[in-house]
Amino acid sequence: MSGNEVLLEVDDLKKHFKVNQGWIASLVESFGRGEPDYVHAVDGVSFELREGETLGLAGESGCGKTTTGMSLVKLHDPTAGDIVYDDTRLSEASDAEIKQFRQNAQMIFQDPFESLNPRMTVYDTVAEPLRIHDIRNETARVQRALEFAELLPAEHYFDQYPHELSGGQRQRVAIARALVLDPDFIVADEPVSMLDVSLRAGVLSLLDRMTDEFGLSVVYISHDLSLLRHMCDRLAIMYMGKIVEKGPTDQIIENPQHPYTQALINAVPVPDPAVGRERVELQGEVGDVIDIPTGCRFKNRCSEYIGDVCDQVVPPLEAKTDFEQDVACHLYDSAEGYDPYQEMTGSPSAAETGDEPESTPADD
Amino acid sequence: MSQLEVEDLEVYYETEEGPAQAVDGVSFEVEEGENIGIVGESGCGKTTLAKAIIGILPDAGYINNGSINFKGDDLTEMTNAQRRRLKWEEISMIAQSAMNSLDPVYTIREQIVEAIETHRPGTGRVESGEIVTQMFELVGLDPERADDYPHQFSGGMRQRAMIAMALALEPSLMLADEPTTALDVIMQDQILKRMSSIQEEINSSMLVITHDVSVVAETCDRVIVMYAGKIAEEGPVEEIFNQPYHPYTIGLKRAFPNIRKSSQDLLSISGYPPELIDPPQGCRFAERCPMATDRCREEEPEAHYENGLRSYCHYADEIDTELRPYADDPGTWDQAAAATDGGVEE
Ligand SMILES: Nc1ncnc2c1ncn2[C@@H]1O[C@H](COP(=O)(O)OP(=O)(O)OP(=O)(O)O)[C@@H](O)[C@H]1O
Ligand SMILES: Nc1ncnc2c1ncn2[C@@H]1O[C@H](COP(=O)(O)OP(=O)(O)OP(=O)(O)O)[C@@H](O)[C@H]1O
Ligand code: SF4
Ligand code: SF4
Ligand SMILES: [Mg+2]
Ligand SMILES: [Mg+2]
Repeated sequence: MSGNEVLLEVDDLKKHFKVNQGWIASLVESFGRGEPDYVHAVDGVSFELREGETLGLAGESGCGKTTTGMSLVKLHDPTAGDIVYDDTRLSEASDAEIKQFRQNAQMIFQDPFESLNPRMTVYDTVAEPLRIHDIRNETARVQRALEFAELLPAEHYFDQYPHELSGGQRQRVAIARALVLDPDFIVADEPVSMLDVSLRAGVLSLLDRMTDEFGLSVVYISHDLSLLRHMCDRLAIMYMGKIVEKGPTDQIIENPQHPYTQALINAVPVPDPAVGRERVELQGEVGDVIDIPTGCRFKNRCSEYIGDVCDQVVPPLEAKTDFEQDVACHLYDSAEGYDPYQEMTGSPSAAETGDEPESTPADD
Repeated sequence: MSQLEVEDLEVYYETEEGPAQAVDGVSFEVEEGENIGIVGESGCGKTTLAKAIIGILPDAGYINNGSINFKGDDLTEMTNAQRRRLKWEEISMIAQSAMNSLDPVYTIREQIVEAIETHRPGTGRVESGEIVTQMFELVGLDPERADDYPHQFSGGMRQRAMIAMALALEPSLMLADEPTTALDVIMQDQILKRMSSIQEEINSSMLVITHDVSVVAETCDRVIVMYAGKIAEEGPVEEIFNQPYHPYTIGLKRAFPNIRKSSQDLLSISGYPPELIDPPQGCRFAERCPMATDRCREEEPEAHYENGLRSYCHYADEIDTELRPYADDPGTWDQAAAATDGGVEE
């Protein structure tokens, strides 16, 4: 829980990917820009993960959750920014320290149909990390991990292949594989979204036990806020590669402040068709992750848009005066006295002629 | 007229211990323009049913009995070549694992264009390109990304690419197997809404397999609740949610997480579904049903029709008067949980 020591500090992390240019795209876009395009998958993300804490990472499809998660366990090298683990900056870490880190940082992937190697038995799947890290007592550890994941009796599963397992069993194998090295923290990427409700409850209680019994820290990635509310101490809401709101789970769910978070939470259905919900239509399309818009990335869809400041100044994620969570939005007063209006280009033509650029909300 | 008529369908898988009866005597109809949801626990046969309809059962799977009438033709009697012609163009499928069904070595554009060109020979490059752009916009993907390979897409983007592909040829029937699991509510809403408007335009119908009640509530006219290869209950959405007659449907409702409750225990029905290789006689739900009697363990329940619902439970006619309050009471299920060994943890 909170109050514990910081295990991991993510500092302005960025990960960009180069975009393919197919022949049609290059034909249509014949006004070539001369330099390759990049997807700004993760674009300046900072947060801390404390010992024993469960941090939820939510946001719409393609906003950079998985990329953030994979960067956290070093499956991606960041384009910029850094991760501090146990007082070591990973960018400056020695090979031995990196190896140590990899042992302590594990990931459970989104799709249990794709994340397990179809040609490997359950035993080999779970034993592989032990072999990579040269750890003894293989059989006993594999057995223990499978038992923890409630694949019982463990021996029964040793020789099975993924296609012989149900979705829930596959995800349990993935959990066993992640736990076999006794990691400090786990990134669980949508560990139950592919599973139906009856299996979910079981896998979720397993993840709960993981934090309770082993004091593991977990970064729990999901677009399902009902689930995150159930699982997490704190939440971070992402939008187009950036965190827009971050704070205690109950605060964010009950009292969301960022217009995107508000829309997201209002849209969550109650599992009962009789209970109506106020439908929040988000107008407009998601912004372009290749040509990043200026100012606030949510501006095209924001119902609270307050003008040029939103269009020109990137709202920093910061503490605000009126509530507990950090929010990246110009609507609220900064607790640190930051004044975004000072950063405006102050071009009077844009501000006064009423010659509104395409940034007007709800304007397709 | 019914567009699809499934009658007494049995789909089995060959296994070492004998045939697994994954779908066992399932009958239902889909009217033109109608959307039907299929719900039920993992392994109850939902995907098998869809695969049987579109004709992509794995080698071990076969149709043991029954018929699948699509626009008057029995699909079970068609040759593979005839069925392949129907795929995408007449019946399309959004598969459960998008990654498994997209080809990793081709770009998304190549895959959609290839489907278009196979079924609409003569479609020009430019026209196919336009369809790709339209479909991408429909599912909220940037058309500039069409030349990406599947591994360059996020989980939800792949799923949306699958949806784009399934819609591209305007099929009259869509089979959607957990189509929006990787999408957040806002995007899901938006895509489902756009799918329904296309459906209305082309008057197509859809079978949606999902564990997400909100998807069912928002897209479906009727719901089929499956249990262990059989239909447990079937009927209009509101009735299924508000006044179900089958104890399994009542139990299933409790497992849905609710954001309005801060820390709610997600309760699953304790115990496991029965073996499909040698299923018990009588009602398949008997072992986990708090209302089960000896009769349930011996006699297979017949359909009970009431309120537009078709319910396979011996006591469906009594549930309104006596059993519903009992079945709605959480304590009932907890006791049943305590009584079943090997119960799933809460
Ligand atoms: N290739 C196969 N060989 C043998 N049995 C199989 C095969 N494929 C599926 N089965 C079995 O058939 C049953 C039905 O599987 P199916 O995939 O249709 O379930 P489902 O309802 O779609 O479940 P889920 O919600 O997990 O996707 C399961 O018990 C499964 O183990
Ligand atoms: N290996 C890669 N190469 C190129 N682009 C990538 C790669 N991995 C991710 N991306 C892009 O980065 C962006 C963020 O993807 P990411 O997988 O992090 O999203 P996500 O938030 O996990 O979404 P989802 O909820 O749909 O899984 C997307 O535009 C995606 O296409
Ligand atoms: S900064 Fe402006 S555009 Fe962005 S969320 Fe806040 S009000 Fe909306
Ligand atoms: S027939 Fe009996 S066991 Fe089956 S659902 Fe009805 S009461 Fe329960
Ligand atoms: Mg993802
Ligand atoms: Mg399935």
